[in-house]
Amino acid sequence: MMAADSLLVISSTLCALFTGVTCLFFWNKPRPQRWLNLLGSLAHLFFSGLLLANVLESGPQVLRLGGWAAPYGIVYVADLFGAILLGVTGLLASVVALYNFSGGIDEKRERFAYHALAQFLVFGVSAAFVTGDIFNLYVCFEILLMSSFGLLVLGNDRRQLAGALKYLVLNLVGSVIFLTAVGMLYAQVGTLNFADLARKLATLEELPVSLHVLSHLLFVAFGIKAGLFPLFFWLPASYHTPPVPVTALFAGLLTKVGVYSLIRLYTFLFPHSGTGSFEWIWWLSVLTMFVGVVGAVSKNHIRKILSVHIISQVGYITLALALQTPLALAAGIFYMVHNMIAKTGLFLVGGVVESVSGTDSLKENGGLFKALPFLSTLFLVLALGLAGLPPLSGFFAKLFVILAAAEVSSYGSIFFALAVSVFTLFSMLKIWNEAFWKASPHGPDLALASSFARSALTPQMIAVTCLALLVLAMGLWSAELFDVSFRAAEGLIDPRAYVDAVLGPVSGGQL
Amino acid sequence: MELWLVPVISVLFTLSFCLILQRSLSRVILGLFVLSNAGNLLLFVSPGLTRGLVPETDPLPQALILTAIVIGMGLLAFALALCLRIKKDLDVDDVDELRDES
Repeated sequence: MMAADSLLVISSTLCALFTGVTCLFFWNKPRPQRWLNLLGSLAHLFFSGLLLANVLESGPQVLRLGGWAAPYGIVYVADLFGAILLGVTGLLASVVALYNFSGGIDEKRERFAYHALAQFLVFGVSAAFVTGDIFNLYVCFEILLMSSFGLLVLGNDRRQLAGALKYLVLNLVGSVIFLTAVGMLYAQVGTLNFADLARKLATLEELPVSLHVLSHLLFVAFGIKAGLFPLFFWLPASYHTPPVPVTALFAGLLTKVGVYSLIRLYTFLFPHSGTGSFEWIWWLSVLTMFVGVVGAVSKNHIRKILSVHIISQVGYITLALALQTPLALAAGIFYMVHNMIAKTGLFLVGGVVESVSGTDSLKENGGLFKALPFLSTLFLVLALGLAGLPPLSGFFAKLFVILAAAEVSSYGSIFFALAVSVFTLFSMLKIWNEAFWKASPHGPDLALASSFARSALTPQMIAVTCLALLVLAMGLWSAELFDVSFRAAEGLIDPRAYVDAVLGPVSGGQL
Repeated sequence: MELWLVPVISVLFTLSFCLILQRSLSRVILGLFVLSNAGNLLLFVSPGLTRGLVPETDPLPQALILTAIVIGMGLLAFALALCLRIKKDLDVDDVDELRDES
């Protein structure tokens, strides 16, 4: 049975595109753009929620553009994994859009298409999560890359320009490597459709050397986007330079698209063990985790600590991928969602701190706990959530990764996961001690307290509160959510439902 | 036809990486130009080329290249604009000097 075509697959993606274009009509008028950004993001969230419910109920949804059958036409497919990430994307976009309402971003940047670029970024990310062929994935990468370039240099700050160049060069090289690999893949397999590739590559007992090399090319391309160990240099160089809402969006979405592609690559296309790929991924993940967290501990600005930290968290997810079991992959997916939410939340807290005290330097800050007890509590929830203390989401995310590692007796993974989380806790406590707990370096500051009185119930605080509550809720309902992740992971390890939905089933019950 | 394109592509790739690894900003951008064209050319030969009038050739790679060329042009235009901006605002042409800025 062919699954019915469903426009819902790209509804949320189209929402972002439409909102972005509409924003351009309100050039130079910040207020309507701000509202459009929020409404568009909420619509995105609504449609992706509907899609998620559909996928949960009746399996992968397929949209064949123009009615052309796969693998000849272009297809958009939402499986459970993609739908979950699409939902989180809508959520983060909405929260960041809300955050912008009370001075999250300066008016000059708002005038010059900040909102449109943010929506185009969401558009690229969302399209990447539902696209059904690898060339379109490349196009989506370019869309989100282009918008992220725009966001990164918007404002023309000196620091921004210098950071943007590194980001641009490394990501362009990554894109060309990706494109090259796509060309070679087409030359060797004759198709670019994920489902078709999965079916054709599954018939191979062993990967030929040429395909093996090609999988490494793709690994490098996605590794650059994800910020894996030897390829992450663009990230600490650029992430702390743009304003906070931009960094928060980047932190939640950009590297995760790379991780998403890595997971698709090694579950759909090249699940063949015995090539040594998974051993490589394991080592690189461990190094990524370790280098990221050590780098974070050594920094002295809130945003720099959080930026470098992203790298370490990516390592956890790819570590789960390297273990190759459904349980591990489910843990990885759970981890990914947790990380997207907690990380964005922490960046937004950093933004509030910066807007209150004027800097995110740990040396210059202090006494925030006294001045802003509510914000400090939110920070503590998010930070301890990231570090992994019960009953918050991070605890369960790490617990699932460790359980999955124990299942395959990978004691090295357990050791590194625990050791790195100690460092994570340390780096979060460093921010806590310096910015919130210690006395203010400028003496008791009344201005701080009064600005708190003004900012108590602002959209900024509501946005941060939402994310902190989500981190708590993900911990409290972790069993139910893990069930969903497990189903998503099963759909990746055994892509039969996906492939059948796109291409129609073949006789004999094969892939 | 494919055979002589292969060395051309590899030379282009080598050249582009040499350029990108230079310290001068404009050479880096030039390297990106060459790199993106090397990628396009590789895409061009990927299905295997046939000469002369043949009733059927695979149109897909050509559609892919068209897309890739357009995207590449947009990205490189941005890269050039950024390069210009860096030269004007920061007055540097050396990638090493940019390090202190961020």
